[in-house]
Amino acid sequence: MGKMVKTDNIADLQQKKEAGSINKSYCTRPSLDGIKNIKPTDTKSEKKLFAETKFVSGKWNTEINVRDFIQRNYTQYNGDSSFLADPTEATSKLWKECLDLFEKERNNGGVLNMDTKIVSTITSHKAGYIDKDLEKIVGLQTDEPLKRSLQPFGGIRMAEGACESYGYEVDSNIKKIFKNYRKTHNQGVFDCYTPEMRKARHAHILTGLPDAYGRGRIIGDYRRIALYGIDRLIEDKWEQHASLDGEMTSEKIQLKEEIAEQIRALKQMVELGKIYGFDISKPARNAKEAVQWLYFGYLSAVKEQNGAAMSIGRTSTFLDIYIERDLKEGVLTESEAQELIDHFIMKLRLVKFARTPEYNSLFSGDPTWVTESIGGIGVDGRHLVTKNSFRYLHTLENLGTAPEPNMTVLWSTRLPHNFKRYAAHISITTSSIQYENDDLMRVTHGDDYAIACCVSSMRVGKEMQFFGARANLAKCLLYAINGGVDEILKEQVGPKYRPITSEYLDFDEVMERYDDMMEWLAGLYVNTLNIIHYMHDKYCYERSQMALHDRDVKRYFATGIAGLSVVADSLSAIKYAKVKTVRDENGIVVDYIVEGDYPKYGNNDNRVDELAVNLVKTFMNKIRKHHTYRNSIPTMSILTITSNVVYGKKTGNTPDGRKEGVPLAPGANPMHGRDSHGAVASLASVSKLPFSDAQDGISNTFSIIPNALGKDEVFMGDLAICLDGGCCIDNKNEEI
Amino acid sequence: METLGNIHSIETCGTVDGPGVRFVVFLQGCPMRCLYCHNPDTWSLTENKKYSVQDILEEFDGVKEFVKGGITVTGGEPLLQINFVTELFKQAREKGIHTALDTSGVTFTPKDTKKFDRLIKYTNLVLLDIKHIDDNEHNKLTGYSNKNILEFGRYLSKNNVSMWIRHVVVPDITYKEGYLKELGRYIKTLKGVEALDILPYHDMARGKYKELGIEYPLENTLPLSKEEAIKARDIILNEIKQKKPD
Repeated sequence: MGKMVKTDNIADLQQKKEAGSINKSYCTRPSLDGIKNIKPTDTKSEKKLFAETKFVSGKWNTEINVRDFIQRNYTQYNGDSSFLADPTEATSKLWKECLDLFEKERNNGGVLNMDTKIVSTITSHKAGYIDKDLEKIVGLQTDEPLKRSLQPFGGIRMAEGACESYGYEVDSNIKKIFKNYRKTHNQGVFDCYTPEMRKARHAHILTGLPDAYGRGRIIGDYRRIALYGIDRLIEDKWEQHASLDGEMTSEKIQLKEEIAEQIRALKQMVELGKIYGFDISKPARNAKEAVQWLYFGYLSAVKEQNGAAMSIGRTSTFLDIYIERDLKEGVLTESEAQELIDHFIMKLRLVKFARTPEYNSLFSGDPTWVTESIGGIGVDGRHLVTKNSFRYLHTLENLGTAPEPNMTVLWSTRLPHNFKRYAAHISITTSSIQYENDDLMRVTHGDDYAIACCVSSMRVGKEMQFFGARANLAKCLLYAINGGVDEILKEQVGPKYRPITSEYLDFDEVMERYDDMMEWLAGLYVNTLNIIHYMHDKYCYERSQMALHDRDVKRYFATGIAGLSVVADSLSAIKYAKVKTVRDENGIVVDYIVEGDYPKYGNNDNRVDELAVNLVKTFMNKIRKHHTYRNSIPTMSILTITSNVVYGKKTGNTPDGRKEGVPLAPGANPMHGRDSHGAVASLASVSKLPFSDAQDGISNTFSIIPNALGKDEVFMGDLAICLDGGCCIDNKNEEI
Repeated sequence: METLGNIHSIETCGTVDGPGVRFVVFLQGCPMRCLYCHNPDTWSLTENKKYSVQDILEEFDGVKEFVKGGITVTGGEPLLQINFVTELFKQAREKGIHTALDTSGVTFTPKDTKKFDRLIKYTNLVLLDIKHIDDNEHNKLTGYSNKNILEFGRYLSKNNVSMWIRHVVVPDITYKEGYLKELGRYIKTLKGVEALDILPYHDMARGKYKELGIEYPLENTLPLSKEEAIKARDIILNEIKQKKPD
């Protein structure tokens, strides 16, 4: 009992006094009412309920280090899915009520209710419930389920637009405040945009920029609240604040002010807990509290940030430690454990934001990207699959299939066989699992990273990113051919470089011009993002999420590209076939006629795959040449999963034969229908793209009909075994 | 002189034509005209895409990490190009690659098996498609007798070649208890049958027929449901399991 937690001073003192009484005292299951009523002075009962004493101690006791806690305490699970529990009666009833609400929302034109008067903060609303008596995990963004909160800090016009498109109007007082007295992120950005930036944005060569909406993509380490309680985290933040005394540079002042904001957010999180009747200033004492504490952290984030992706992190194995202990202690049953997770996931499915129809069309729906990262392998070689990894996936069976939260399996060839089987089973039955290559990402991010949005990897609580939408490289190629004139607007958008005047395109000439045009685009792009992130930090700072980060975070400056396969195929057509230009009356190339065939990206053909690889390398290197805000590390993604449709609409005819308006392929996918050698060859092309130059992720959207994944029960394999014994094919001694 | 193969296409992610994820080579050309055929684009003998054995193995090499099952050759009717298939399988086996042949067996010649003797030396598994167990019906369905096909099964059995029996179950054509039982009794006489692969008839190839300008032969036949397919499977299995009268 010597190695005790140092997370709480009071508890620590008590431990010294009462060493030896802990085992006994935890054996009884704490009454939840009792927990709510604990007063700070009631140190004795608090002591008795303290859970950390049952955990293996380590570095996590003396510093904020969730990973260390996980590594020392988690229980690997190699078994199959047979232990999983069905939904409880409460779960089924509660989920039915949610489904009814979703239906009401649909029938109501997409939104059930909107807040127009209360600006959403961590503590802005009273407690809200779906059905209080049934909910094991509580907390809503506003005071009613699915009522969308008002978040004007990103931009008041966006907030107004979102309301108006559903027939609501933002309260005039709020409008007045945000138009006259309180500046927003959006205003700040447009104060500094150059005419060139505005033009590039208008022409959609830079597109989807987070200059009027929340950038998102920051994952708070919500687990910290459960493990340490808010008091300990505030203490740590004050230490960080003090550590920035001395010479006051603008960087230091900025960080110091941000940490003060973080502390303010943490204090409000405690208030949020109280609104729902919990004291989250202290560590969670059991599984239920751990889930609830963690969720309050996430809830704080979504109350204040309408981010493009609000991911939850890597929570399943962390929570398993609490569940596993409660199961061993006999204070929790498997059914109750599943119920906690089902109710938690249900809450994540209810997260909604007020957004405009344009926003929704860019993202093909109303996504929140509540990504949860599951599985993976530890750096010590142990896999990180626990029973709770199964429970999370099992919610797709208990509650039915859903796109959110975005269940993401960190895949490794070394994951336990039974887990692979179960994940495959859930994939086939629900089509709701995303897979990411842990073997690839672990090298860069270790074993406690999570995915933000769809592919952006970052160490939880230690790394964050500045989301930067994307540059349209297909359009850039057209600019290179037309000397910076936009092929749709017919306006000079890019620099007035010499256009290509020949009838047939010459590969070397096109490449030379393209290189120059990419040089211009990369510079403009990075500088546009510098403005955006400066202003986002200034006017729409993610204080809740950043409060759950270390002081010195590694910041990634995420850029992205769209149109990779169109460009690769276009260059291939120019190189291996003949591409004839078709010009309008002003000599602008408006169409291309491809004569002959050419190798197409997506068939594992190096001739064209190398063009794609070089494109990624080249553009990334051009990005790297520029200063990035807060010395962030530039990265790039190839991951347009939905917005490729919108980008395609804004991109004219391309030299590969693609017509104006036809969607670009998503992410790093080959163009639709051009990969003729099957999925593996297609994936082999994608896998050549260098992760080091596209560290923010490479996506490949892969649709397949379930039957193509293999045989079902119609197929009888292992006939010899099946027919063993009396019913075996009796031909051993018979020769025909 | 190097034998070249007449190739229709290559599928690098085959999951239904043999064990594991497989590299599937579709050969061009088929003599049969099965009414339910879902690959009418592989019938023609004149379409040309020539591959050498080397070409195929190189392409396989590029994706071998992902296709650990091995190579399956199908078609069309691959045995129309038996020399090419034999050479491909020979070289694949030398590299330790599992080889599977998906065939109707229609080209089998019981009186002269020399070429087949050589082929099966390099073949790990034969997926034998039995179109119809009844000779008359087989003729109607495919334009050929099934005599040599059934002989081929016996030949494989005699030579200890592993087999999967594949059978498409089509309403009104093969989905009849009597035929299914008869098929079961035939399978029972074979050694080395490792799996029974019941393929419920589907009409997803309609588009292909339209594109090729060929009338769809089973215009009024509905796809077989999964339940019916399972029922068909059970009928065949039951028959296989029947003890032989002593």
